[in-house]
Amino acid sequence: MSHATAAAEFVADVDRARWHDRALWFVRSKRDKCAQQLPEWEALRERASLVKQHTASRMAEYLEEFERNAVALGAVVHWARDAAEHNAIVYGLLKERGIQRVVKSKSMLTEECGLNPLLESKGLEVVDTDLGEWIVQLRHEHPSHIVMPAIHVKKQEVGELFHEKLGTTAGSTDEKYLVGAARAELRSKFLAGTAGITGVNFAIAETGGFVVCTNEGNADLGASLPALHIASMGIEKLIPRMADLGVFLRLLARSATGQPITTYSSHFHGPKPGGELHIVLVDNGRSKLLANEELRRSLNCIRCGACMNTCPVYRRSGGHSYGVTVPGPIGSVLYPARDMQAHKSLPDACSLCGSCTDVCPVKIPLHHQLLAWRKTLVKAKVTPWHMRAAMSVVGGVMARPWLFRLGGKLGRFALRWSPRWLTYNGLNPWGAQREMPPAAKQTFSKLYDDGIGHGSARMDGIDKDQNKLD
Amino acid sequence: MTARETILEAVRRAQPEAMPLPALEGDWIRYDDPVAQFCAVLEAIGSRAVVVGSIEAAQATLEALPEYEAAQRVFSAVEGIGRTTLDANAVATPHELASLEVAILPGELAVAENGAVWVTDLGLRHRVTPFICELLVLVVPKHAMVHTMHEAYQRISAPRRPDGSPAFGVFIAGPSKTADIEQSLVIGAHGPKESLVLLTE
Repeated sequence: MSHATAAAEFVADVDRARWHDRALWFVRSKRDKCAQQLPEWEALRERASLVKQHTASRMAEYLEEFERNAVALGAVVHWARDAAEHNAIVYGLLKERGIQRVVKSKSMLTEECGLNPLLESKGLEVVDTDLGEWIVQLRHEHPSHIVMPAIHVKKQEVGELFHEKLGTTAGSTDEKYLVGAARAELRSKFLAGTAGITGVNFAIAETGGFVVCTNEGNADLGASLPALHIASMGIEKLIPRMADLGVFLRLLARSATGQPITTYSSHFHGPKPGGELHIVLVDNGRSKLLANEELRRSLNCIRCGACMNTCPVYRRSGGHSYGVTVPGPIGSVLYPARDMQAHKSLPDACSLCGSCTDVCPVKIPLHHQLLAWRKTLVKAKVTPWHMRAAMSVVGGVMARPWLFRLGGKLGRFALRWSPRWLTYNGLNPWGAQREMPPAAKQTFSKLYDDGIGHGSARMDGIDKDQNKLD
Repeated sequence: MTARETILEAVRRAQPEAMPLPALEGDWIRYDDPVAQFCAVLEAIGSRAVVVGSIEAAQATLEALPEYEAAQRVFSAVEGIGRTTLDANAVATPHELASLEVAILPGELAVAENGAVWVTDLGLRHRVTPFICELLVLVVPKHAMVHTMHEAYQRISAPRRPDGSPAFGVFIAGPSKTADIEQSLVIGAHGPKESLVLLTE
């Protein structure tokens, strides 16, 4: 299903779409406030980007260094080329030890690999312990956001869900009460779990350790109670030095939720005394991205979600409309690299406003990459034929000034005089949800010739009412 | 070829031209009064810091907390502050700490910009201790206050036990919390429902 088709379902519920938009904008505003408190914000973004680019340029060396140091600390390091290998490694570790109950903390990588369905098919109990992720797990859904997995769910729905699954009072929507019920239930899961699986936010080549960030403390309860801790990480999570965390931990939570830092930033170095630590390094398409000069910097991503919170398309269409684990601008860059055909509509889920690029803490040129994707998709003839045909017509017109002027004249005439059904029909998807603007009295070329851009004459000749944007 | 070799080779082939490693130094923020900044940030994130002049004052601050006064199972790893009624280092499994109400632990340093305290499991038998209790009290010397995370990482390294084995370290900023239900902040998700930092002179 294309993004536009899936999004049409979401926007059909006008109130919900508006509520979703506001919830995300609230988070974006908190981010702005937090970022503005640091005069060095831009310098930090620049530094983070350079550290990530440096790491990418020496990734193989750093991977080996990380492995060497992690093993010296007593961890076992595994390598997985793809999702299936990752899942086989994790399942193998659990099976060898006869483990039946697993507690997971939020990990977009295990989502990407589809670990839960595999483990469940083998009869294991897997509990996602991040509250938002647990809510979507109980609803048999996927996260719609990488930092706030249940941002699409209303509290009334959580109330009904918990009433059904946990026996909370029917009709209760008090967040404190609902969180309390979840806490009690998940505490029992933590205590019963015999393996903990976590993701990794940053892996430190120099020390062989890694950092996991949460607000709830679920990664720590999950990894510190059972004897076995499995940490899954994409190979792009590497940073060279422990001190580089100074840069990244200052950016991550401020960008993600507008907090100065997450409640817990846990530094795991080796297994706990008497326990086991396994680290799974996963490629799953990342080395392919690294080879792509245009898209390489998308590997800078620290999964803060800021590009989603600010994206006018994401906010209004919801995370599920992207049909992928990581939605929003960054997901629209990442997924076509895996399967161009399946994800061809994602680079079009973008107005090229550039806001994602502005907020990205690691300076990924997201909207430039999305534009680059559109070109690639047209060249590879993956873009639907009618869109390509329309583009070549537009290209032809743009290349011939006389034809452009003629087209403009015809267009202004047609917009004014043609019957409504001729403009608003199935062939014009733009007209489905919008009114076309009234035709201007004068062309831009005429206004320009008359002196637009030359001071006070600027707005002369423009009928302001007629041309104002809605 | 093993997965390891395949991945490393693919990465090696894909790597762009070498880029220099940026320096760590920068023109980072300095606060006029880092202690005041630390206290303000902690307050904003649902916690509290109190500057205490003496061990006695620390003890008095603790005793003024109703949650502490009512608690039956308390563990203190800080000499002279709090009373231990459940010795977290004496239990064999971390699961036995499920009912721990209060943990009083030392913090190595505090970060003014974000209210975080660096805590390690050196001297702790179970690394779950600061996460499983209901009320977490961290005791940090006031002079161990740094302005930013950059400064914090100049002072800390991957922690090691006296026998050289690796240890665990965590920055803790405030109590456990979640905003996963309609962005409403609720304190006390899975970990402590309340936290307090005592800054000692």
